[in-house]
Amino acid sequence: MIGRESGVYKTSYEADMALYPLPVAKVAAIVSVACLAAFPLVLDSHAMALVNLMALASIGAIGLNILVGYTGQVSLGHGAFMMVGSYTAAILTMRYGVPFWLGIPLGGVMAAAVGAFFGIPSLRIKGLYLAIATLAAQFIVEWIINHSTWISGGAQSTIYVPTPAFFGWEIDTEFRRWFMILPVAIIAYVAALNLARTRIGRAFVAIRDRDIAAEINGVNIFRYKLLAFAVSSFYAGVAGALWTYYLKIANYEHFTLVTSIQYLAMIIIGGLGSVLGSVFGAVFITLLPIVLVYVVEGSARLAGYEYASVADFLANLRLIIFGALIILSLAIEPEGLYRLWGHVKRYFRLWPFSY
Amino acid sequence: MSFFADLFVNGLMIGAMYALVALGFVLIYKATSVVNFAQGDLVMFGGYIAAAMVSLYHLPLAVAVPAMLATMVLLGFALERGVLRPLVGHSVISVVMVTIGLAQVLQGTAAMIWGAATINMPLPIPSQPLVLGEILVSPTNIVAAVISAGFLVGFAYFFRASRMGIAMRAVANDQQAAMAVGINVRFIFALSWAIAGLAAGIGGIMWGNMLGVDTNLALVGLKVFPVVILGGLDSIPGAVLGGLIVGAIESVAAGFIDPYVGGGTKDFIPYVLMILALMVRPYGFFGRETIERV
Repeated sequence: MIGRESGVYKTSYEADMALYPLPVAKVAAIVSVACLAAFPLVLDSHAMALVNLMALASIGAIGLNILVGYTGQVSLGHGAFMMVGSYTAAILTMRYGVPFWLGIPLGGVMAAAVGAFFGIPSLRIKGLYLAIATLAAQFIVEWIINHSTWISGGAQSTIYVPTPAFFGWEIDTEFRRWFMILPVAIIAYVAALNLARTRIGRAFVAIRDRDIAAEINGVNIFRYKLLAFAVSSFYAGVAGALWTYYLKIANYEHFTLVTSIQYLAMIIIGGLGSVLGSVFGAVFITLLPIVLVYVVEGSARLAGYEYASVADFLANLRLIIFGALIILSLAIEPEGLYRLWGHVKRYFRLWPFSY
Repeated sequence: MSFFADLFVNGLMIGAMYALVALGFVLIYKATSVVNFAQGDLVMFGGYIAAAMVSLYHLPLAVAVPAMLATMVLLGFALERGVLRPLVGHSVISVVMVTIGLAQVLQGTAAMIWGAATINMPLPIPSQPLVLGEILVSPTNIVAAVISAGFLVGFAYFFRASRMGIAMRAVANDQQAAMAVGINVRFIFALSWAIAGLAAGIGGIMWGNMLGVDTNLALVGLKVFPVVILGGLDSIPGAVLGGLIVGAIESVAAGFIDPYVGGGTKDFIPYVLMILALMVRPYGFFGRETIERV
């Protein structure tokens, strides 16, 4: 760690914007991917399920962060776009026998199309009007999927999907599902990092910071806003499709307005406009209910109560803490967990000579 | 024809109740430029307090309603002071998210105190439908519409004539100018939250009476958005007109379309209406038009 920046002289803008800002970053990236891939060796099935959920949530959160954090367009319809991806994948697999590794990107493409459509109002409206328009998108998509039997498959709007298989290799345990989700998550992560470095990413940030100035500098606002909606929805669709293959079921109840709000909470708590922050937020929001269960269950047992008697209490406490965390993190650290991570890194960079 | 008239008239009455909920929303937006996603949860909270006092603690209505309204006013003050004031000047998304977080806290708190089971909110209203000419009207709707209309007129008078009301309009118009003539802007902010709490409380009684009080009552608040977008985010007459339009259209549409699609039209049509309104006239019927060209 010490002296990792010594002897690094950047002489061009390209070098300054490189994906690996320091030589050691490449090593760190390889090591962290190796560690992630080694999870099934150390974790049990229960923990793996949790890690899988975190990775799934990360993909969706990164997508939402591209739209909200980078482009500055508030969206309350992320759940709806995930729903589109989820049902697209389920329908393709069930009716046309499409394998899962094709269903995932196709789900993303479909969601991108729907997302771009609902991004059209962003030409005329912005800020909170756009937030309200995407709220409408959430309800309209939910209603259409729920009420057209061709899409939702009739009863309970549920489509069951067979166990996905990769050329005969059945993905039927949490350990194997990890190797379905992890590659997608890594691609999503690196793609988002790279997107932010390109012309497109800079256009997004320009629109976020001052849309009029961006237009004057030659950024076609409408095109890039739609692109942001499409990219963000593509991520959502991929996450939704993965969710379908993960649970082997497509159901609209997994992608309601509550889901959209949770994803917003992830990126706000994690850090707006930061890819790593999205992952932090996803991990945090996924872990929150589980940690709460442990804490409340433990203290209930200490106090001599049965678990069943605190189950209701727990559900409500979770809501309250979830809401309070959103409020507190906005009031105390608007830049989220990513900023805290930055503090930690800075401390150790100077350690032990920090002053 | 009479089927249509039935739906239309009953829809208008529901619309008056939407308008009342929307009034609180518009007030807050006008005075403080905060988009309150927790308005429906304030309605639910008010409904819970009233219903719990009447059904669980068996207090008479004459005690429960004033007590509830007083609590809601205090809650409005407290929320403004404790939650919203620290975020003055933050970006739109921060403020939106804060009210969303607030909504979660209110839902969790209500369910934690009074339980998740539906509580009845009985009002002394006959259940026999009234026949007016050829139209069947439910007495609940009439009472609700009359009370809503009464409060809307009362608020209108308050804004037009009372000292506080005029101060609120001044703040909504121009905060700095209002401050310069000696109006306590912070107090006005708090007051608009308190009045929004009051309006939500009244809405909570009536919606609670109609639907039963549980956390789903908060969903009423989401209908506020079509109403205020149609009417204009910062216009009180707009909230009334938008409420009536949304109420009537969703009722008529539900009556005619529901048999073919198996229900749920009520939760769909208002949002389609809203998207159309956003594309054609985002500032609504009476909203202040902000022109910004690039």
